[in-house]
Amino acid sequence: MTNNIPTSAVSSKPTSNSARASMPKHSHSGGSGAAPANQADSHFGRKGLVQIALLGLLLLLPVAAYFFGHLYYVNLASRITIIAMAAVGLNLAIGYGGMVSFGHAAYFGLGGYVAGISAYHAFDFTPFMTWPISIPGSDSLLVVWLAAALLCALLALAIGAISLRTTGVYFIMITLAFAQMIYYFANSWPTYGGEDGLPIYIRNSLPLVDTTNALTYFLICFGGLVMAMAVTSRLMKSRFGAALTMARLNDVRLATAGVSPYPVRLVAFVISAAITGLAGALYADLNGFVSPSVLSWHFSGELMVIVILGGVGRLYGPLAGAILFVMMETFLGGITQYWQLFLGLVLLGVVLFAKHGIMGWLAGRERNE
Amino acid sequence: MSVTLLIEQILNGVQLGTMLFLMASGLTLVFGVMGLINLAHGSFYMVGAYATAAVTASTGSFLMGLAAGMTAAALVGALVELLVIRRLYHRPHLDQVLATFALILIFSEGTRWIFGSSPMRLSPPSWLTGFVTLPGDTRYPLYRLMLIGVGIVISIALYFLISKTRLGMRIRAGESDREMIGALGVNISKLYTVVFALGAALAGLAGALVGALQSVQVGMGEPVLILAFVVIVIGGIGSIKGALLGALLVGLVDTLGRVYLPIFFRAFMPPSEASGVGAALAAMLIYILMAVILAFKPKGLFAAHD
Amino acid sequence: MKQITRLGLGLLLSSSLATAHADDVKIGMITTLSGGGSHLGVDVRDGFMLALEQSGRDDVEVLIQDDANRPDLARSLANEFMQRDEVDILTGIIWSNLAMAVVPAVVRQGTFYLSPNAGPSDLAGRMCHENYFNVAYQNDNLHGAMGAYMREQGYERPIIMAPNYPAGTDALAGFKHLYEGEVVDELYTQMGQTDYAAEIAQIRASDADSLFFFLPGGMGISFMKQWEGSGVDMPIFGAAFSFDEILIKAVGSAAIGARNTSLWAYDLENDANERFVEGFREAYDRTPTLYAAQGYDTANLILSALEVAHPDDKDAFREALRAADFDSVRGDFRFGPNQHPIQDIYVREVVEGDDGQPTNRLLGIAIEDIQDVYFEECQM
Repeated sequence: MTNNIPTSAVSSKPTSNSARASMPKHSHSGGSGAAPANQADSHFGRKGLVQIALLGLLLLLPVAAYFFGHLYYVNLASRITIIAMAAVGLNLAIGYGGMVSFGHAAYFGLGGYVAGISAYHAFDFTPFMTWPISIPGSDSLLVVWLAAALLCALLALAIGAISLRTTGVYFIMITLAFAQMIYYFANSWPTYGGEDGLPIYIRNSLPLVDTTNALTYFLICFGGLVMAMAVTSRLMKSRFGAALTMARLNDVRLATAGVSPYPVRLVAFVISAAITGLAGALYADLNGFVSPSVLSWHFSGELMVIVILGGVGRLYGPLAGAILFVMMETFLGGITQYWQLFLGLVLLGVVLFAKHGIMGWLAGRERNE
Repeated sequence: MSVTLLIEQILNGVQLGTMLFLMASGLTLVFGVMGLINLAHGSFYMVGAYATAAVTASTGSFLMGLAAGMTAAALVGALVELLVIRRLYHRPHLDQVLATFALILIFSEGTRWIFGSSPMRLSPPSWLTGFVTLPGDTRYPLYRLMLIGVGIVISIALYFLISKTRLGMRIRAGESDREMIGALGVNISKLYTVVFALGAALAGLAGALVGALQSVQVGMGEPVLILAFVVIVIGGIGSIKGALLGALLVGLVDTLGRVYLPIFFRAFMPPSEASGVGAALAAMLIYILMAVILAFKPKGLFAAHD
Repeated sequence: MKQITRLGLGLLLSSSLATAHADDVKIGMITTLSGGGSHLGVDVRDGFMLALEQSGRDDVEVLIQDDANRPDLARSLANEFMQRDEVDILTGIIWSNLAMAVVPAVVRQGTFYLSPNAGPSDLAGRMCHENYFNVAYQNDNLHGAMGAYMREQGYERPIIMAPNYPAGTDALAGFKHLYEGEVVDELYTQMGQTDYAAEIAQIRASDADSLFFFLPGGMGISFMKQWEGSGVDMPIFGAAFSFDEILIKAVGSAAIGARNTSLWAYDLENDANERFVEGFREAYDRTPTLYAAQGYDTANLILSALEVAHPDDKDAFREALRAADFDSVRGDFRFGPNQHPIQDIYVREVVEGDDGQPTNRLLGIAIEDIQDVYFEECQM
């Protein structure tokens, strides 16, 4: 076992030896046993290579496409990047925290609506609210991002505080329940368009840069994704991360060590929601549009599928999952009208034959799998 | 609002509840015995409805159609268990979610490939149309009354199956201790296939029966699936009794909420606005119910086990 | 087999990129071809392609993509068509919420968009645009026409019902606007609702003399099947969205006797329509729906404008579209100042056809030259 610890700085799951040694068989990360010791170093090298390749290609291809005049591919890359960022947020809850949220569309959608509503009021010069304090709309991305992250954190605090009293399938379903409430509310609330959605006429702006430029906006999104991954990585290397991992693997042990698992999980859940919410705000500005469809359980399910597809609890898993999923969604559709059938077959193939998702398949096993 | 209308709405709620029970009982059995989260359960509902519609159209007999629908759902269920689900029992729940999500896509688009994009026609047989007059001059559709009857019969049959038969004994043993039952010399893989096919058949029956009242179309299983999950979570996962009570609770709350919330808001709002607000709240009502129940009873009303 | 050939057709259509010439015209079609309600998209596509085929032109290529009824996917497909394929014209969207996600950005970037089905009020009013043409209807048209028809027929106490979402509330508002009388009650159902027992009991308990409802797609099928068994005896009215040829065949006998407003009927007598209905039946072996008619008209409008100018000459092409110089299958057709149709709306009744299946029969005109009420808000 001890030979199997990677020494890398980008390792995504820094846990103490004792945590791993005591890992119960039925833990969320599944499977048991470890790769033969002599493979540890070589497959780490492969993993590092795959990670650099993924991130590098995601950055370089759109830049190249931009200079060859293929704007469409730049926007497609922005879309992949944003979905990946949302999945990074969800992965923090599912993969690292063991909290299988089936309601992350709520935060993605709320983030989107913050961008939409703020732009709506800025465009109309009407205040968002006048009582008890007057809040005007804003078309500044910084304001929108701050508001989106804060509001999503608050919402997740409320939802998480109640939901985290439950575990397992009950947790899955109660998070879904809250998301569904918000979905139905948005669908039937006429002020901001209801089911028709809310257009954003002019993309929210930043000082000094032109956000309407496709490449600039892609780079902003890319920055967001890298930030989200860095935050996750830093967090999981901290004492907090160790506590969260322990809470996932064996919360009784954590409790006997004098740390209550509940607040640890709640904080992780809130951070996870804030990341996903930020991605939602970026997505609304990319599309120039937000509608209740991003609040639906289909979207929660899709985010979950992307996380699992890429590899649960792996830092680069959401990125790999998002690239494959969005590409298939985009290109299969042009080939046949039954494209969802083939999407289903590919997903089934991945889950049956590539354990631990694409990253597991490309980069080898993670050490506590 | 008159008493007869209230009685009728309660019957409607019970009828919705019995059909939800058919879906939920299979889902909760499969979870209880095999520990499997099956998102594709709604696909069996759709398979049942399509098979029933196709056979009813070609033979002219609704009963033949029903039998075909149940059989088709059970066969498809058994096949899916043998080919896919079997490989997932020892995998994490998340892999099961991804695999069964993929199955939804395959079933939905496969059905559309075979049967086309247009909704299928399936109507109740002529001997089940019309209505009966209940005491208090309440008219109630015969077909819906029959659905309640079928629901009751299936509930009783399931009770006997699980508490009185050898298969039921094995199912109960499987629910309480999965390793133990293998040690007892029971052929586990056969048991799992049978339980999965049974659950699929119940879902297929629900799809066929409800399909005659609704639109038989691709994707019809998904909203029901979500409701069925709400039901088993409220009732307590793995508990048939919980599924029954959860189904009735959801059926009643949903139906009565839809009728009486708009009326309630009309007391202090203009009618048109009250209808809108009431309808919006009614849509959220069962999710609010579920969140409240889980906030106080984190394992549902009748938790069988984890 | 038929499905397989259809798939083949789809493959062919979407991969016909290679043979493009410089002055060819490229049309991008984003429509709903998968999931529930996909028969609308299939019919728009088939009607559109039939018109192209009949025209015999080989310099128009159509790229087709499925939006799976998802606004964000539709938006991305629109980008793909505009930025990668550089199409001249976009069309195809079925649903209002998808149109709202796609159309404003498309037309602002200088691409023409012709709507073959959806007509949300914002696009007819304050968000109208010179590059946006609606060849189908403004969403209120059919509901308003039914309001006018029911008042004229002497119904005094209608009860009205629609799902609780913008198109639903708009439908009821549109109905009331031209009905001009008091309604007994307004019922709002849920989106995608499948069980209507509660609403049917309420309708029976009311003292209404007629029912008007807007429940598109599967919702309408479910409602009518359940209505039939309930023993309520009340005439029912609606817009064609619940009564297209495909839906009423799925409903069966329960639909018989219902009257519905439509901008077109397959038994409408004019030369263009005869050519269309015959051609459609021959090509696809089924009776077209109004969606197919709208797709067919959209294609013919484009073809008529192409006779005058290439879309690269935007002003000339736009003028040619505005002239609407084509033979519409629905009879007279012209555009109002907001480039939405001014047209007659017909009433049809569902009857039992010769083959025992329900079918629509034209009764007459519900209202002549209807125009939406939003054009005054439109500043072009």
